[in-house]
Amino acid sequence: MTTGSVTGKLFVDPVKEMGRAVLFLFTALSRMRFGKTQFLETMRQVYFMGVRSLVIIMISGFFVGLVLTLQLYDTLSRFGATEALGTALALSLFRELGPVLTVILFAGRAGTSVTAEIGLMKATEQLDALDLMAIDPMERIVQPRLLAGILAVPALVLVFNVMALLGGVVFSVFMMGIDGPSFWGNIQATVALGRDFMGGMFKAAVFGFLASWLAVYFGWSSKPTGEGVALATTQTVITTAIAVLLTDFILSAFML
Amino acid sequence: MNDNKNNNRIELRGVTVQLGDRVVLEGMDLAVPEGKVTAVMGPSGSGKTTVLKAITGQVPISAGEIRVGDVFVNQLSARKLNDMRRNIGMLLQNGALFTDLTSFDNVALPLREHTRLPETLIRKVVLTKLHAVGLRGAAELYPRELSGGMNRRIALARALALDPNIMLYDEPFTGLDPISMGAAVRLIRQINDVLGITSVVVTHDVTEVPRFADYCYIISDRKVVAQGTPAELENIDDGVVHQFIQGLPDGPVPFHYPAPDYTRDLLERH
Ligand SMILES: Nc1ncnc2c1ncn2[C@@H]1O[C@H](COP(=O)(O)OP(=O)(O)OP(=O)(O)O)[C@@H](O)[C@H]1O
Ligand SMILES: [Mg+2]
Repeated sequence: MTTGSVTGKLFVDPVKEMGRAVLFLFTALSRMRFGKTQFLETMRQVYFMGVRSLVIIMISGFFVGLVLTLQLYDTLSRFGATEALGTALALSLFRELGPVLTVILFAGRAGTSVTAEIGLMKATEQLDALDLMAIDPMERIVQPRLLAGILAVPALVLVFNVMALLGGVVFSVFMMGIDGPSFWGNIQATVALGRDFMGGMFKAAVFGFLASWLAVYFGWSSKPTGEGVALATTQTVITTAIAVLLTDFILSAFML
Repeated sequence: MNDNKNNNRIELRGVTVQLGDRVVLEGMDLAVPEGKVTAVMGPSGSGKTTVLKAITGQVPISAGEIRVGDVFVNQLSARKLNDMRRNIGMLLQNGALFTDLTSFDNVALPLREHTRLPETLIRKVVLTKLHAVGLRGAAELYPRELSGGMNRRIALARALALDPNIMLYDEPFTGLDPISMGAAVRLIRQINDVLGITSVVVTHDVTEVPRFADYCYIISDRKVVAQGTPAELENIDDGVVHQFIQGLPDGPVPFHYPAPDYTRDLLERH
């Protein structure tokens, strides 16, 4: 490989791809229509995405809460500050770990399904068939999935956080014998509803949008073959992870 | 040649289609007479599907014009294109049913989308269409529970749902047993005559053509190489036509894709 082609692979291709993804998004946005059909279909997608990801999010949330509390307990006890345990746990969950981990799990579970589904619809000419019936696939297939991600991810983040707090309580109150009411009182006294909690929910909505945008984009632009669809699902997971971590840094910098 | 403009429902004039960097159709002239069944034949890869896709506006043309009724496909806005498509039923090569909908819902979809019929009436229409293709009993089955040929028949029912005045069929006979084949041939003819519509049938099946087609085109190498009524085509003295109609492997149309010498290729060590 020449230097030129390496540079191309590393820098030029991703930029081109990004341009195409943005163009795709604008097309999708410009063709959006809002009616009863679209609303019902969006709700159906929220349901599917939510159901698909629920179990993995609940299990992961619980164990993340467990291990996070363990590490925080160890760190805080070195400073004799274990009374701050609840606060430290809740803040790291609400502000960072909840949204980021949830959306990465979401991309792996629901995002890949959406990519594969759209890729397969393309490969089997179902998208062409819609076009031929004078039904816009952008509006009927892409739009509901795009919007559903924005709604589903915040809800899943909520579930993740609740499960993680539960894990935290199990470790600290039941295993370490920390006083339950003070653990909760601590959280209630220090965590701000607006900045900490709603800030996290805002992040979750942005990440949900990113995840569903990339999922529909990679499905839509996949090569209509088995291999093409397989590649597209991989791209969905990897690109979403990178995009989310990058966006997370930018958002956090602005929100703090 | 059909020179009378008013008698042609669809007309391609000098149409060139380029996909990627490959010219698939070049300066193609093709006219589909109103109320008739027109067959389009040609070797695999000659661009038959592309002709249909150009008519429905699914592929852009780089030269020429396509008239469908009184509109020119290449000049339509997205909205007008949809209006035109509502009057065209197309049977895709593999059916392309929606895999997460039952047969019933597949056929009902265009009705629910484009009409304001109450659900009870939609049910009647759907069952009538399914009955016409002999699959009313399969209404509640999903595409994966049906054979390839049955899928195609459901797709036909779906294409007919909105009572189109033009029907386009992309190889409707592939993979059908002789009984279904006979039924399909009769059905296409019947749909055309009873509903008084115009049909275009893309097919490889040379022997069936005289049974349903009024007029035929043979395309090869990006353009029309012969046309006429089925009887006329039998008597055309042209290498390509002769080879195609007789089904001969050797002739002007190569069966093999260009390749290096066979023996050398086999003996060569890699
Ligand atoms: N998207 C595309 N990009 C580039 N070339 C294409 C594309 N689609 C089709 N072609 C080429 O155009 C030619 C005509 O394709 P088309 O599908 O119209 O053939 P066909 O006559 O319908 O063949 P068959 O009888 O096998 O269905 C083929 O040689 C094919 O390789
Ligand atoms: Mg074809």
